[in-house]
Amino acid sequence: MKGLIAFLLALTLAIGPALAVNPDEILDDPVLESRARSISTNLRCLVCQNQSIDDSDAPLASDLRVLVRERLVEGDSDAQVLQFVVDRYGEFVLLRPVLGWHTILLWSAAPLILIAGGVAIFFGIRRRKAQPIPAAEGLTLSAEEEAALAALARNETPSDRAT
Amino acid sequence: MSIELGHFALVLAFAIASVSAVVGLGFWKSGERIAGFLQQASILQFVLIGAAFAVLVQAFVLSDFSLALAVNHSHSDKPLLYRITGVWGNHEGSMLLWVLILVLFGAAVAAFGRQLPRDLLSLVLGMQSLLTAAFAGFTVFTSNPFERMNPAPLQGMDLNPVLQDIGLAIHPPLLYIGYVGFSVCFSFAIAALISGRIDAAWARWVRPWTLLSWVFLTLGISMGSYWAYYELGWGGWWFWDPVENASFMPWLAGTALLHSALVMEKRNAMKVWTVFLAIITFSLSLLGTFLVRSGILTSVHTFASDPTRGLVILTMLAILIGGAFSLFAFRASSLRQGGLFAPISREGSLILNNLFLATATGAILVGTLYPLVLDALTGRSISVGAPFFDLTFAAIMVPLLIVLPFGPFLAWKRGDLVAVTQRLAGAAGLALFVAILIFALSGASISLAPLGLLLGFWVGFGAIAELIDRARIGRLPFRESMRRLFGLPRTAWATAIAHLGVGVTVIGVVSVTAWETERVLTMNVGDVTEIAGYSIAFDGIQDVPGPNFVSEEGTFSVTAPDGGTRTAHPERRIYTASGQPTTEAAILTYGFSQVYMQLGEDGSGESHVVRLWYKPYVTLIWIGTLIMAAGGLLSLSYRRLRVGAPAKAARPGERTVPAE
Repeated sequence: MKGLIAFLLALTLAIGPALAVNPDEILDDPVLESRARSISTNLRCLVCQNQSIDDSDAPLASDLRVLVRERLVEGDSDAQVLQFVVDRYGEFVLLRPVLGWHTILLWSAAPLILIAGGVAIFFGIRRRKAQPIPAAEGLTLSAEEEAALAALARNETPSDRAT
Repeated sequence: MSIELGHFALVLAFAIASVSAVVGLGFWKSGERIAGFLQQASILQFVLIGAAFAVLVQAFVLSDFSLALAVNHSHSDKPLLYRITGVWGNHEGSMLLWVLILVLFGAAVAAFGRQLPRDLLSLVLGMQSLLTAAFAGFTVFTSNPFERMNPAPLQGMDLNPVLQDIGLAIHPPLLYIGYVGFSVCFSFAIAALISGRIDAAWARWVRPWTLLSWVFLTLGISMGSYWAYYELGWGGWWFWDPVENASFMPWLAGTALLHSALVMEKRNAMKVWTVFLAIITFSLSLLGTFLVRSGILTSVHTFASDPTRGLVILTMLAILIGGAFSLFAFRASSLRQGGLFAPISREGSLILNNLFLATATGAILVGTLYPLVLDALTGRSISVGAPFFDLTFAAIMVPLLIVLPFGPFLAWKRGDLVAVTQRLAGAAGLALFVAILIFALSGASISLAPLGLLLGFWVGFGAIAELIDRARIGRLPFRESMRRLFGLPRTAWATAIAHLGVGVTVIGVVSVTAWETERVLTMNVGDVTEIAGYSIAFDGIQDVPGPNFVSEEGTFSVTAPDGGTRTAHPERRIYTASGQPTTEAAILTYGFSQVYMQLGEDGSGESHVVRLWYKPYVTLIWIGTLIMAAGGLLSLSYRRLRVGAPAKAARPGERTVPAE
């Protein structure tokens, strides 16, 4: 289970380092830099449309990238850096919404749909089983079909089905 | 003059569609004469909208700047291709393209639907006409592409430079054919609900349209993704942008529909659900096309939107989608259920497939709309971005991919899971072996990437294993098993090929995620750098004039680890008409992998910012989608003869269609 979670987290990076990072912003310490990068992918560029500050070449995004790196150099943890940015710009800046009462439905949507669907299927199949099966496959012939069948049995051409 | 003719043709098509809608939906029981009228009216709508569209294309090609639309989105210096594609590179023109494809499908149903029962044909064409009337009306009254500008300016304002690309010629038409094709499934579903008649034959009529739309939507999304990858200049291929989500949701729902229609066709089960999916798939297509234009969602794709237009769109969507679901709620219980099966069976596996695909669709829908709803209800603004979607989507896809190879192996009605597991053991073992081998040879920056690879190989090998198993390769003499292999029904091949495509795409996604390398640096002319074993030398930079832009073009020599050298020319362009800059990445393909180079801003003096990526096996992402589409096409070719099925009982001597 732990492995699965780690794998899923790995996939969360799928959008990848897609960057507008400039050479002069990059930190010398590769560990800090990679932390800065992963924090940046979770921060929204406020003047762009649906881009993280890591993707954007807007000046504001650049300022934020520098700010994130400054906080990291000063020894903040990842959570502290995010909190610092949220305190300044609001929750809107986070691309991965926090888990709270106002987002509980968002985060639980997928599991809820899956469970509801599973339950519906379970009862659907059980109810189906409980039903007595009339004739073969639960189907009966309509009067027209009976007539057509009778006609076939008498070796006549069935009437055109389109009419 | 011709502009007015086009304008008139559009208005006339709207009028004919309105009449057809009333006639079709009101008098569908009236038999041959009504059906014949609707067939002709549908073809006439297509001819008229086709003429209107041709007029618009002509105005753009000739740079007729008395047409307001051409002034706003064209320029006489643009190359011919971009003058043509500029027709749909804007809101009004793309609406007309959308309507054109809608009437094309209506005409296709009229032409191929000769064998359909008359009442069903009348209902379907009536419904298609209603859609045409709604959207042609919307185009005429709120987004008229034929408005004149007086006095006519001498020059146009040019098309957004990002759109001046071959991608605009390919991506929107494919995507729209996919979106709009699902309207046929929608109309069939509504017809089934109104008439209360639905059976396996219905599913057989609907399936070719579903397949066709699904193939085009797959190609459309895939080409859009590749376009974004090379044009937006930072090498991302999927951004979970609201518009991408909007195209992805009908794809997921359409994929579910494809599979549930199969159950319905073969086993006469899952009827109500299939009708529901048909409605929801087209509703999501509508949402995809129009939610963005309404201006309530913002995205890089948004065309300029004004509030009236948005309100009209939302009202139309509410009436259409709401009406369809109300009808469903009232009438679904009248549809008879049939087809009994055990939980472990082909039907059972397809239900599981539908459960996961529906969950994925629902999760993405909630994620896309949640910020809007939350803001409207509480005033709090939050963002739901890529990190959320990656996590949620991966969590749903992993179990789906694990069970995917079992499906085609299971028998209808009642399958034997233990026996199937034994038959898949070879594929599982091979997938495990290959994943471990790759991990041992290359290492991984993300320690769980091998699990992702394992999943991709499992799906791919599982698909191939099904063919091998059915041909009994290794258990029968070679020649005999080859004969069996090529004698397998085309649907078996189609299933295996499409599923193989899924595996290939997964492998591409995992590889590029785990093993991509990236460098951002400042280079002077003459500098040499290195990425993933490729040596990259900055040879020079010069200004190159283009037809309607000036370009700063870099020259780089890329030497592969095996010694071969190739030249790359990343560019930075300034479009003269708008003054807007774009970057054109240079991409070199080595096998399935790519070296991706982007020229950044000028530094001080001769230095330039250069961004380099090595993207291992990235092309597999799109190759996989092409394989999926090929599987769909193969299946469609098998059904080609069945589009109008069931054929009337042929009278002796009238048998014209030869067996394959």
